[in-house]
Amino acid sequence: MKAAAASAPTWPLDIYNVFKQVGIRQVAYVPDAGHTQLIKCCHADKTMRAISLTTEEEGVAMLAGSWLGGDRGALLMQSSGVGNCINMLGTIRECRFPLLALVTMRGEWGEFNPWQLPMGQSTARVLEDIGVVVEHVADKSMVGETVFACAQMAFQTNRAVAVLIGQRVVGFKDWSK
Amino acid sequence: MASKIKSKLDRRDVIKTLLAPRGDALLVTGLGSSCYDAGTLDHPNNYYLWGGMGGAAMIGVGLALAQPKRRVLVITGDGEMLMGLGSLATIGAEKIRNLAIVVIDNELYSETGMQPTHTARGVDLAGVAKAAGFATTGTVSTEQGLKSWIPKLYKTPGPVFMDLKVNANRYPLSIRLRDGTHIKNRFREALLGARAFD
Repeated sequence: MKAAAASAPTWPLDIYNVFKQVGIRQVAYVPDAGHTQLIKCCHADKTMRAISLTTEEEGVAMLAGSWLGGDRGALLMQSSGVGNCINMLGTIRECRFPLLALVTMRGEWGEFNPWQLPMGQSTARVLEDIGVVVEHVADKSMVGETVFACAQMAFQTNRAVAVLIGQRVVGFKDWSK
Repeated sequence: MASKIKSKLDRRDVIKTLLAPRGDALLVTGLGSSCYDAGTLDHPNNYYLWGGMGGAAMIGVGLALAQPKRRVLVITGDGEMLMGLGSLATIGAEKIRNLAIVVIDNELYSETGMQPTHTARGVDLAGVAKAAGFATTGTVSTEQGLKSWIPKLYKTPGPVFMDLKVNANRYPLSIRLRDGTHIKNRFREALLGARAFD
């Protein structure tokens, strides 16, 4: 699969392979361009249920339910969605639910849209404030192993862990043209 | 705005009627009065929310997907459901077949001073659920109506949504179990056995 996708980035597939390795069965997401390929892979996988949400906090609640029922899950969103999750993340913390969140970043490295800056620049801080362990990754080659390490932490220690996938990895629009 | 006859149903009576035939169904409650109501009939297959307002229905979704052979019942209040209206769209779109939602609807925010919710001002939650694609929906305000709905809640392919109108009676807090981690662990151990601690 990797060889066929010569021009496409491989890090989304690296994440998908980690999902398989750690037994992710439910994937909740609000679409983000950076997660396009991963979302397609999850929908195509018969061992996973990929659920499109109206807002990110639905996914936080859904993955609490998945854990109650014995399934591991992951939440995919853009950094702007983090702000929508804060109170529901309080429930994750109080109940010591594991949560694996993969956040594609906007509002940092190379951003052209000023409206993305307030949430993008606050993402790590607000997550940490509500008790989420945060790992930022800016190197494409490190995405897979970072997600694996964070999945270990989330599911073995019953904590919320977020991987912030930097705009340097996701890429940005060249607004100078 | 359609005038509604105030329901004579009492929340502590309806919770008994709702849960008596539960069998092996799994229950998620919203925060506030519906949590306290279900607490009067405590069971290891109950997961209670004391926070996370708006999240009850989606916790039901994750649980229903993980346990497709079990019926999952979400019992919550009108204020809590109104905060999670988007989740009705998600559930309707995904057609979660083993999920039923009951809103115990007193048309009031009873934890915060009895202010009217939008259901007191004409918003029809069952209508929203129907428009979102729920398979079976309805508004119930009589004991007979409630009894006839019980098989739909536990047997009819979902998603099922019942708006259950009740009177404004309030009761003292009746549940002492409020440590979230304990509530979660108890639920998982009852459901999953030793696997709960893998």
